[in-house]
Amino acid sequence: MILFTAIASATGLSALAVVLSRNIVRSAVWLLFTLVGVSLLYFLLGAEFVGATQLIVYVGGTMVLVVFGVMLTAQQQFLKIRTRPQEWIVGIVLAGALFTLLATVSLRLGEGRTTAPTESMPGTGQLGVGFLTTYLLPFEIISVHLLVVLIGAAYLARAKRRPREGVASD
Amino acid sequence: MTELGLTPYLCLGAFLFACGLLCIATKRNAVGILMGVELVLNAANVNFVACARFVPSFALEGQVFALLVIVLAAGEAAIALAIILNFYNNHATVDVDRADELKG
Repeated sequence: MILFTAIASATGLSALAVVLSRNIVRSAVWLLFTLVGVSLLYFLLGAEFVGATQLIVYVGGTMVLVVFGVMLTAQQQFLKIRTRPQEWIVGIVLAGALFTLLATVSLRLGEGRTTAPTESMPGTGQLGVGFLTTYLLPFEIISVHLLVVLIGAAYLARAKRRPREGVASD
Repeated sequence: MTELGLTPYLCLGAFLFACGLLCIATKRNAVGILMGVELVLNAANVNFVACARFVPSFALEGQVFALLVIVLAAGEAAIALAIILNFYNNHATVDVDRADELKG
C-alpha cells in the first residue's frame, strides 16, 4: 500500500515533469524515471517477466534511441521551443476532460474488484507456452513486423550521398 | 496491510494517458511528441497488467498483450526516430509547426 503510493506518485510526478519541462533533454530524463516507475509497478503487481521486459526493452533500448534522437538533433534553438499559450489551454482542457472521463470509468470498473485472486500471476513458463500455442499467430506477426520495421528504419535513416540536380553534393 | 483494488492502477493509467496526450498536444519538438506517444502506450500497458492481476480470466492475456505493446512501442520509436532524423537532415529543423512537407 505504502509502496504503491510511493511508486505511483513518483511515476505520476515524473510523467507530469515530462510534459512541463521546457528543455527536451530534461524531458528525456524524466521519461526515463517514468518508465522505471512503471516497471516497478509491474513487479509490484507480480508480473515479473513483463517488468523485466519493460526494463530491458524500454529503458535499455527505446530510451537510448530517444536520447540519441535528442542528441543528434540538439541545437540551441530546438532545445527550448516555446509553445503558444492558446495551445497550452486547448491541450490542458482536452487532457483534463479525457482524464475525468477515464477516471470515472475506472472508478466504476474497479468497484467490485478490491481483492486480488489468491493464486499468483502466470509465470514465464506459462507465458512462453501461451506464446507458442494460443498466441502463436500474434507472436509471428509481431516478429515479422519488428523485422520489417527495423529494415525500414535502417533504410530511412541511411546516409544519403545522392547529388542534387546540377549541384554537387558534399 | 490492506489490499489495493483495481481502481488506483486504472486511475494511474488514466493520469499517464492524460499526461501523454498533453505532451503530444503541446510539444513542438518532434522528439517530445514521440515521448508523449511512449507515455500513452505505457498507460495502456499499466491497465493491461493491472487487469491481468485483478481479473482471473484475463491473467495470461493481459501479460501477453502488454508484451506485444512493448515490442510495438520499440518498433514505433525506431521508425519515428528514423523519420525525424531524415527530416532533420533535409530541413535542418525538428519543429513540427514548420514540418509541412516530408519530401526531401
